[in-house]
Amino acid sequence: MRAPGPVDRRRGKVGERLFVWLCLACVLVPLAMLGVLLGDVIVDGAGRIDWAFIRGFPSRRASVAGIWPALVGSIYLIGLTAMMAVPIGVGAAVYLEEYGRRSKVAGFIEVNIANLAGVPSVIYGLLGLEVFVRVFGFGSTILAGSCTLALLVLPIVIMASREALRTVPDSLREGAYALGATRWQTIRQVVLPSALPGILTGAILAVARALGETAPLIVVGAVVFITFSPDLHSQYTALPIQIFNWVSMPQKAFLENAAAAIVVLMVVLLLLNSVAIVLRNKYQKRNY
Amino acid sequence: MPAKPQAHRASAAETAPKKIDVKDLSAGFGDKTVLRSISMPIEDKRVTAIIGPSGCGKSTFIRCLNRMHELSPIARISGKILLDGRDIYDKGVDPVLLRRRVGMVFQKPNPFPTMSIRDNVVAGLRLTGSLRRSTTDQVVEKALVQAALWDEVKDRMSDPGGSLSGGQQQRLCIARALAVDPEVLLMDEPCSALDPIATARIEDLLHVLRNDYTIVIVTHNMQQATRVSDRTAFFLTGDLVEMGSTDDLFTSPRDPRTEDYITGKFG
Repeated sequence: MRAPGPVDRRRGKVGERLFVWLCLACVLVPLAMLGVLLGDVIVDGAGRIDWAFIRGFPSRRASVAGIWPALVGSIYLIGLTAMMAVPIGVGAAVYLEEYGRRSKVAGFIEVNIANLAGVPSVIYGLLGLEVFVRVFGFGSTILAGSCTLALLVLPIVIMASREALRTVPDSLREGAYALGATRWQTIRQVVLPSALPGILTGAILAVARALGETAPLIVVGAVVFITFSPDLHSQYTALPIQIFNWVSMPQKAFLENAAAAIVVLMVVLLLLNSVAIVLRNKYQKRNY
Repeated sequence: MPAKPQAHRASAAETAPKKIDVKDLSAGFGDKTVLRSISMPIEDKRVTAIIGPSGCGKSTFIRCLNRMHELSPIARISGKILLDGRDIYDKGVDPVLLRRRVGMVFQKPNPFPTMSIRDNVVAGLRLTGSLRRSTTDQVVEKALVQAALWDEVKDRMSDPGGSLSGGQQQRLCIARALAVDPEVLLMDEPCSALDPIATARIEDLLHVLRNDYTIVIVTHNMQQATRVSDRTAFFLTGDLVEMGSTDDLFTSPRDPRTEDYITGKFG
């Protein structure tokens, strides 16, 4: 055996450098792809975006068609979806983590929630069609669409919230119990505030997913050609559906419209995410 | 033996009335027995130290005194613990209300990270909904003065609790426990995560608090036991080996195992 000399050390360094470059490449590949995609869409669509396009209604003529009903529909959809999915998801997570933590039922439920997250979204659409559109009689409205999307994103919210609750150290719970707090008081005032940043992250992911979903909405009856601003009980459309529709048109002008609509969709997503990130950072800072 | 303050011992020689009377207490987790048939009194307005090597059941013992032990789903417990003559394991006793009478300070400081210093102090009152706005400032100041932290934090009451040093955090936790006005204060190795200076401050604090509270302190530091306590109990692998006044136990132990432990032959 030879003691490691300078040569060996250099080889170790080369290996280290190689690994760093490899990891960097792994970061750059998806970033580059995303960049190309974004660039392409912006080049195609940026020229189309103006106030008239945003406030316009669908039309057979590409040059006057706009996305207003789809934009309003999408905003309604994600708002309602978040209002339903976040409280229910957090509630479920609190039950599973704080109350049923060690029970067999909780373990069984946990596996199933993980499975639900992998179910194709069209299946949720079929469920929504049967339950919300027909049985509950909501019809093909934004309400039915939101309920369906809420079901779809519920597993995401539950899993993210559970993860967040799990990071709250037991010493904090014990500290609260030792002061004579009940379980509910402990959860409400100590555990949930500490878990809030993680829960918000889950909400961001859920809303982003809901904003991009197309298939289940088509199944539950979102339509494309809406020439009025939708409300909760009217027919509706959403941005991804509008995009899907324009992309399938033969005329090139509609492709430009689709690109422009994609840009708008991404701006909406970015706005939503930045609101959530600002909120999260605010609470995180308060923590330490 | 190290030099120790004798000033407060004058009164400690006489026994005080029992605040807590532990009778035939056994406890464990699942199949594992941690405490075997412990019987001992805890005297009113005295500092009782629990010493013993790691794993001897010290922490489990004091967690039985405020019913924190049963928070573990596989916890087992039998026997009686009388607080002012009433068994705290009686059916009619609400553990939540009991814990307001028997406060606890933990090994690792655990201030609530989402709360300011002020909110941490009143957390117990706010959690339980018994805080009146008009008296908040008085309650906060009183508890922080009692915990000898007031001068260090009075100008930064809105800072997060986690921004304090380790020793300050532990005194904040003591203030938090005192703010609910308990009768008994349990301390589970409160200085083990602290440096010597912070430890000395907490020990000084104990000398003052013993005038108003019944204190049970778990420590693996025998010097600390001799410095702060009036009475000491020595635990070994789940048994109470010996209990007596701190002076007697450390100068003339009756049991050879106690002698071996305090002279450093094991542990």
